[in-house]
Amino acid sequence: MTLKILIIIPCYNEQASLPILLQEINALSLPEEYELDKIIINDCSKDKTSDVAKANGAKVLDLPCNLGIGGAVQTGIKYAIKHNFDLAVQMDGDGQHPPSELIKLLECQRLTQADLVIGSRFIDRKGFQSSFIRRMGIRYFYGLNRLFTQKSIYDSTSGFRLLGRAALNLAAKNYPDDYPEPESLVIFSKANLSIKEVPVTMRGRLGGKSSIGSGASVFYGFKVSLAMLFSFIRN
Amino acid sequence: MTRIQLITILVNFIFIAYIARLIIKGKLREEYAIIWVICTILLTIFSFWPNGLEIMAKLLGVFQAPNLLFTGAIFAILIYLVHISVVSSKLHNNIRKLTQEMALLKQELEKAKQENKDPQKDPD
Repeated sequence: MTLKILIIIPCYNEQASLPILLQEINALSLPEEYELDKIIINDCSKDKTSDVAKANGAKVLDLPCNLGIGGAVQTGIKYAIKHNFDLAVQMDGDGQHPPSELIKLLECQRLTQADLVIGSRFIDRKGFQSSFIRRMGIRYFYGLNRLFTQKSIYDSTSGFRLLGRAALNLAAKNYPDDYPEPESLVIFSKANLSIKEVPVTMRGRLGGKSSIGSGASVFYGFKVSLAMLFSFIRN
Repeated sequence: MTRIQLITILVNFIFIAYIARLIIKGKLREEYAIIWVICTILLTIFSFWPNGLEIMAKLLGVFQAPNLLFTGAIFAILIYLVHISVVSSKLHNNIRKLTQEMALLKQELEKAKQENKDPQKDPD
């Protein structure tokens, strides 16, 4: 039985890193039971992200207004459900998540049948570890997630995640807008989905620059904390 | 009738006329206009009946009548602001759904166009 996998790549102004990332994905060789497809979600980029992606032979969903990363990923999730994919992988458009690490997530999913597999930077502590301030934020969300989900998820902000059918159906209905990862974990674990973490190696951006400044980080930290609390309380 | 009464009555009528104009022109939906119409009606009543505020204040046990006015007005404004936030959150969600649906449909349309084009490659 073949499993259909969709790679969801949310992009905002990523024309610099996309060609390399897409080449890497195309060069990927997975075991035969997996059938791989990819989709670029262009979150109303100001540069030529959409053209670059199409020129490299990828399917593109062009959002007419900027929705933020959560809204973009959710579009990909809806696409996955519509086209009957069994699994979907979220992978950042900046190349921080090397496609060669995908096999680790798939392997973990095959062995545990988990609904959500998170690629974590912090289990083996290898590769790109992000800046000091961001790591502080990540530690904070680790604590908060432990409080709300009673689970130890080390890399709760990781955007490198594999979603199974149950997780896809849930996320299509309810997925936070911006900086969605920590909050969506609360939503998933409230729905009793099984969550597994697997060590992966990440790297720095391939090109372009991050869309989150340091002032915005504080705002998002506050906003996400509040959102997690309410997701926890909500039925 | 005192001068201030005349002024407030005049201002109220201009305000009601403006709200009515907005509704007629379709720029303001009726459900959002209701609160403004009620406000102006209240203001008009009190401008025709200047002792009314004093009487209401006494009834509610407020020592200084203007304080009742300010408390009431600020409270009403707060409630209305919350209501506006709720409305804008709803709009935000709707826009997100529409945007996603549109992107998905656009992609499907382009795919269908491509598939239609390909088989018609006969030379003429």
